[in-house]
Amino acid sequence: MAFKQLINSKKLFSLLAMLILFGTQVLFAQVESTTAGEQGAPAAAAHADKPDVWAGVSYYVLLFLVVCVAVAIVGKILKVYDLTRQIQGKKGLNWNNVMGGLFLLFLVLGLYGSYWSFTVHGSMILPEAASIHGAKLDTMFYVTFGITVVVFVITQILLFGFAFLYRGSDKRKATYYPHNNAIEAAWTIAPAIVLTVLVVFGFLTWQKITNTVDAEGEPASINIEVVAHQFAWELRYPGKDQKLGNMSYKLVSGTNKVGVDFKDKNSFDDQMADTLVIPVNKSIKLNIHSQDVIHSVYMPHFRVQMNAVPGLPTYFKFTPTMTTQQMKMKEDDAKFEYLLYCNKICGGGHYNMKKVVRVVTEGEYQKWLSQQKPYLNDALKAELGFAKAEQKQGEKENRLAVNN
Amino acid sequence: MSTLTVQDHGVHHDDHGHEHHHHDTFLTKYIFSQDHKMIAKQFLITGILMAVIAMILSILFRIQLAYPDKAFPLMETLLGRFAPEGRMDPNFYLSLVTIHGTIMVFFVLTAGLSGTFSNLLIPLQVGARDMASPFMNMLSYWLFFLASVIMLSSFFIEKGPAGPGWTIYPPLSALPKAMPGSDMGMTLWLISMVLFVASSLMGGINYVSTVLNMRTKGMDLWKMPLTVWAFFLTAIVGILAFPVLVAGVVLLIFDRSFGTSFYLSDIVMGGVPQSMEGGSPILFQHLFWFLGHPEVYIVIMPALGISSEIIATNSRKPIFGYHAMVYSLIGITVLSFIVWGHHMFVTGMNPFLGGVFMITTLIIAVPSAVKTFNYLATLWRGNIRFTPAMLFAIGLVSFFISGGLTGIYLGNAALDINLHDTYFVVAHFHLVMGSAAIFGMLAGVYHWFPKMFGRMMDERLGYLHFWLTFAGAYLVFFPMHFMGLDGVPRRYYAFTEFESFSRWLSVNTFITWAAIVSALAQVAFLFNFFYSIFFGKKATQNPWNSNTLEWTAPVEHIHGNWPGEIPTVYRWPYDYSKPGHDADFIPQTVPFSETMSSNLPHDFEDNPVGLEEHNKWVSTQRSEEVK
Repeated sequence: MAFKQLINSKKLFSLLAMLILFGTQVLFAQVESTTAGEQGAPAAAAHADKPDVWAGVSYYVLLFLVVCVAVAIVGKILKVYDLTRQIQGKKGLNWNNVMGGLFLLFLVLGLYGSYWSFTVHGSMILPEAASIHGAKLDTMFYVTFGITVVVFVITQILLFGFAFLYRGSDKRKATYYPHNNAIEAAWTIAPAIVLTVLVVFGFLTWQKITNTVDAEGEPASINIEVVAHQFAWELRYPGKDQKLGNMSYKLVSGTNKVGVDFKDKNSFDDQMADTLVIPVNKSIKLNIHSQDVIHSVYMPHFRVQMNAVPGLPTYFKFTPTMTTQQMKMKEDDAKFEYLLYCNKICGGGHYNMKKVVRVVTEGEYQKWLSQQKPYLNDALKAELGFAKAEQKQGEKENRLAVNN
Repeated sequence: MSTLTVQDHGVHHDDHGHEHHHHDTFLTKYIFSQDHKMIAKQFLITGILMAVIAMILSILFRIQLAYPDKAFPLMETLLGRFAPEGRMDPNFYLSLVTIHGTIMVFFVLTAGLSGTFSNLLIPLQVGARDMASPFMNMLSYWLFFLASVIMLSSFFIEKGPAGPGWTIYPPLSALPKAMPGSDMGMTLWLISMVLFVASSLMGGINYVSTVLNMRTKGMDLWKMPLTVWAFFLTAIVGILAFPVLVAGVVLLIFDRSFGTSFYLSDIVMGGVPQSMEGGSPILFQHLFWFLGHPEVYIVIMPALGISSEIIATNSRKPIFGYHAMVYSLIGITVLSFIVWGHHMFVTGMNPFLGGVFMITTLIIAVPSAVKTFNYLATLWRGNIRFTPAMLFAIGLVSFFISGGLTGIYLGNAALDINLHDTYFVVAHFHLVMGSAAIFGMLAGVYHWFPKMFGRMMDERLGYLHFWLTFAGAYLVFFPMHFMGLDGVPRRYYAFTEFESFSRWLSVNTFITWAAIVSALAQVAFLFNFFYSIFFGKKATQNPWNSNTLEWTAPVEHIHGNWPGEIPTVYRWPYDYSKPGHDADFIPQTVPFSETMSSNLPHDFEDNPVGLEEHNKWVSTQRSEEVK
């Protein structure tokens, strides 16, 4: 009887008919396209691959339809099975048991899958922090990780476990248990305490990290300027005086890329660089600017991130603790480089806006620094008409012009 | 219960004095309907269509991420100039990401979710004949529809849809030259959002006034189902938060079109310094996230309300800690307004503010945790009936836990430094507000489909749909956490330019295929949904043996919801499996006098007369037993 029903199902039949019709059509289309390809008129070459495209797609569509039909057939069979059981006076399929079982299965597979992901994908994450504050963040991360993973595992086990244990049955009635103030108070206070600990821990660390002013007695940080624009970074080093000269976006021109103000004497010895080279174990202060849209200075190995905002200079102070060379050895990767890249959507080239960062020893750093070109190059000197008195005059006029 | 409604056909209509027998034309019944049930269906179907579109967009960019080096001629056929030679244009990739986010957050999970279920359930569950203002309700839908059309129309303009991400941070969104997606597409995005907010406000005002003013006799606030509580509080959040977005958007429109510089300063375009001065891009972020963060609660709270109702009904148990559930919703509502800064820890905002926002953010985790524990306690020793709606509600709880826990990392300003804007964030919010909220919505559709269309959906297709989607969502989003921990940034068109990211390519391919499979699983839902509207099994009046008021209304939709008088409410909505009662549910419309054997002293907490009666009854029972 079941089979008769199956065969008589009009829907199924018409679906099958449609499938066959569609299949033949696709086949014909393919044959046509190949013959067209063989004839190979060069002008038609562009047209020739379009049918191919559609043939490829129809293959997948067909595959999907076959899956749909299979699902429909399985569904019908289940229904028929159910109906026959009922006719025989037995109980049909107990979906509560099936679903409860599936939840238990999902729990087991899910826990194993999470474990697998933690070990396999977990081994692909960033190496341990290469900066002083980064190490602290890592500790905090693993504390949070420990707490959350325990909560994750327990709650998911309870959720799916309860779903399985208390799957419905006609023989049982649920327990009427509307509330229990003691329990509710307990599980309000418990997360509150845990979160307070995390907040205090996090708050203190955050305060320390974001304090970018050099404290008294602390050795002065090396100021380096990072200027972002679509889609590249410009770097400026302070030169011998350890001070970056002032800058203004109004002075930006083809030769003066970041708009350094040469009225400020500190700018005379400033240097340009292509790579962000920094000495290990020295405090570095990044002075971050943007010229057009918001970018973000992201150096994940050092746990450093700060947005570059037009009109709002930002800072990040950190101390690298491992040279690039050490990291290469540690990671066993000869090609390893620290990177600085953009982490705030900034336009079409966002995905390729990076700078290599190289952490070196103090000696190497000094040597490298001596090779860098001054920002104030010949072209700029010529443009500014570099006799100092004249420049001052020019600046004033410039100001006036802008003010007007 | 049902006796109240079904047998009163004789008295209907005349006693509330307005014309019921007017003829509905096609236009007034299906298009410009002012009936809340029809408007709910309109919101739902529009929401589903938008969800399908946004899902297809996500598959397109997932394909790009999985096969960055491959050309897909079909892509060119479909997308034309946005995918020259079958390779997706980087700017169009960003447009896809932007529109996917915008549609999903606003059009599907705000309008599609609140719009559908607040409209359907508020009048039916509080016992009202319709919304407080049916005309405004109709306007709300049509403004939403217009907003959707404008948003989608941006695919047909020359430079394509808006592209600066759904958060549209200026200056990127303010300078048309900064990217193609900041041109005309951005203008359309802004217009669409203004209309959308107008629609949301009209809806929200309606929901609040209906809940406050139009509850039936006996329905005091503490007898409302948690769904209504959730919709009510959501509407309040929306009314308070959305206008701020409009303010932000209007200023952005001024900056774009009228030469002001609210958000712009110190800008150099094409090597030429621009004249804008004195504005602050951070100002926009404050305005945006003042809506943006409450918005995620606007998305998740209705889903939580729906799942509370469904979990209680299908566990055949009262929801555990009803009061705690309501207070945690209220807590979330209040706190949601003072946490927005956690989106801005590394934007250059004053670090002290960051510290403050970190504290408020982690406080909001407490009510969320309470809700989770209460769900678990509701399941404990229940008698769980696995309808598809119940499966989705359980799925919601699972996602809410997984995604909520990662919020503890991101809410911590210090940890956020390295996680901000990476795939860790993508994984976090797709689980906690994306998947969880969409599961809430799907649960609601399966559960209230009989109420909406008078027919049942197919359960087995629902099972198939659930398991594929549930497993699929985890397979898609779980690995993303680890990409984030490796410093892989979001909104990257391709990872080909970074040697170190090449090891994630296989994971990306895997994620894409998981996403494709779960997307195809939605076909099971779509078929089930549309097929059942016309050919589903006819529904009975109360197919889930539920307590709430909507199941006392007749299956056949009528104007005014109940023939005759609106039923009176006597008890809270969660009297499931009450000991001493023969059935495992007692609808809200059953007075305590009919259920003497199952009454508890607790039921009469603020009703001394009732308590006395109850005590009398108990003592006579006892003396009879002794005899």
